[in-house]
Amino acid sequence: MLEVQHISKSFGGVKATDDVTLDFATGSLTAVIGPNGAGKSTFFNLITGALKPDSGRILLDGVDMAGRSPPDIVRHGIGRAFQVASIFPSLTVSETMLAAVGADQRRASVMHRRFPLAETRERADYVIELLGLANKRDRIASALSHGDQKLLDIALALVLEPKVLLLDEPTAGMGTEERWRMIEKVHELWVREKITVVFIEHDMDIVFKIALSIVVLCYGRILATGTPDEIRRNPAVIEAYLGTDEHAGAL
Amino acid sequence: MSELNVENRAGAVPYVARPRRAAAIDVVAAVVAFAILAALPFLFDSKALLDFVIRCAAFGLFATSLNLLVGYTGLISFGHGMFFGLGAYGFGLLMQRANVSIPVAMVCTLAITAVAAVVIGAICVRLKEIYFAFVTLAFQMLIHSVILSWQSLTGGDQGLRGGIKRPVFWGIDLTNHVQLYIFSCALLVIGLLLMRQIAQSPFGYTLRMIRDNATRASFIGINVWRAKLTVFVLAALFASAGGMIMSLFVSGAYPEFAYWTISGEGIFINMLGGVTTFLGPMVGTVILLILNDTATRLTEHYGLVLGIVILFFALGLRKGLMDFAVDWYRAWRDKAKEQS
Repeated sequence: MLEVQHISKSFGGVKATDDVTLDFATGSLTAVIGPNGAGKSTFFNLITGALKPDSGRILLDGVDMAGRSPPDIVRHGIGRAFQVASIFPSLTVSETMLAAVGADQRRASVMHRRFPLAETRERADYVIELLGLANKRDRIASALSHGDQKLLDIALALVLEPKVLLLDEPTAGMGTEERWRMIEKVHELWVREKITVVFIEHDMDIVFKIALSIVVLCYGRILATGTPDEIRRNPAVIEAYLGTDEHAGAL
Repeated sequence: MSELNVENRAGAVPYVARPRRAAAIDVVAAVVAFAILAALPFLFDSKALLDFVIRCAAFGLFATSLNLLVGYTGLISFGHGMFFGLGAYGFGLLMQRANVSIPVAMVCTLAITAVAAVVIGAICVRLKEIYFAFVTLAFQMLIHSVILSWQSLTGGDQGLRGGIKRPVFWGIDLTNHVQLYIFSCALLVIGLLLMRQIAQSPFGYTLRMIRDNATRASFIGINVWRAKLTVFVLAALFASAGGMIMSLFVSGAYPEFAYWTISGEGIFINMLGGVTTFLGPMVGTVILLILNDTATRLTEHYGLVLGIVILFFALGLRKGLMDFAVDWYRAWRDKAKEQS
């Protein structure tokens, strides 16, 4: 369903993404790992149109997404959440969701009717419930806790009913307990919504616990792909990335 | 302007859950406001009062349209006055030279403004904040210089002289001062109602999203550039309508209407009244015009008085009067809730 073929991106002389080819099967749950500067965020930015690849193709159900604008790619069904929660600070949770559904229904330019549109309510409410934000629906986004802002960011991606959901470090900046709650939520979403989920994560406990497959990036290249068991036993991975003492324990 | 905290921005108030009712309330409020304004000439025999309200209508439309850009979209234009000037000159010239009726001249002026705004907006709205501000200012200066130098058409620094003919249309005679007054009030109320509708529509919320986080808006599928251009053109049309009222009022047009200081006054009005409420700029307009009229009567140091008032609002209140009133009301309401 999502096939990335030979994409590359350089900044100056540095190859941030170097000839990456990957297949994400429909309904898969994939973790992207790799040390800092491995090109994980760049990889996401290329798929979602924030950056244009120098070469290569990004096929979603056979249609090439490479080089298209973010709104165009979103409309084809690739949604994303950001490492730093990217929300609308002055809107309430409800308003955010209602406006996002309206945008998805191509009603963002409607002027002759009042906000919120009746036809946006059902889906907005559904996603608010799904992410457990129902009791905070009238809160202004900037007043939410860090964790709830991350949830709202994911809700913004999810409410567009994407085929593929890319989550850039959903647990970034959270304490251990909150991390597990967040990742359980992500897992629950994947089970309930039956979408393809790709997430970046640093915590190896989390990665090996929930991911069905793992992609290891290093210096912009693919070091290894496989199931958690395969990755755990892969000598190149152990040496290059997981070989340090602190990570060896996680294996 | 960047000082404003996010909870205090336009549209931060949670939406009304019953949109149809909210729309009905706005219409009723507009009808009541118009009725009150229309009754004034029969209650007070004061030409000065009517003149004051006509000027409020012209500048109020202009300032409120600027708030669509500044408060709702986060586009701080320093050249919005060019559309006020374009409205005044476009309408004045059409009435003087084209021998058309007033409604035809108005529609044509709006069309001219729209074309100009599409061209200028297409160049400007891609630019980041400070560049947007400066390039809009540059276009304002350009239009002002064209008006000054194209003497055969615009009369140069003398402005459009000889007055504007006001042929009767639909039984309305704008040479009659009371009828001109009521016509201006009608344009004001209709303009405000339309802008209110834009602000509270799904498109209005698209603008708020762009103001808050344009990157995120594009990642939920919004074409940010197109939305910014749309609001830029819409705001220009209302500013142009303000200019037309001014042109009718002074029976001509002067280069000052297109000078950058008009844009500056628009920004100033928004600071005075506040950008977080829809009617903030209207309140700001009334304050500025009262200030203007009293200060110029009492002292020749008008600029000094204005400067002190700006400092008071910018450094003292740190927000506009309506923002202040809303905050005060909310604090009072929360306190009352706690006690009960």
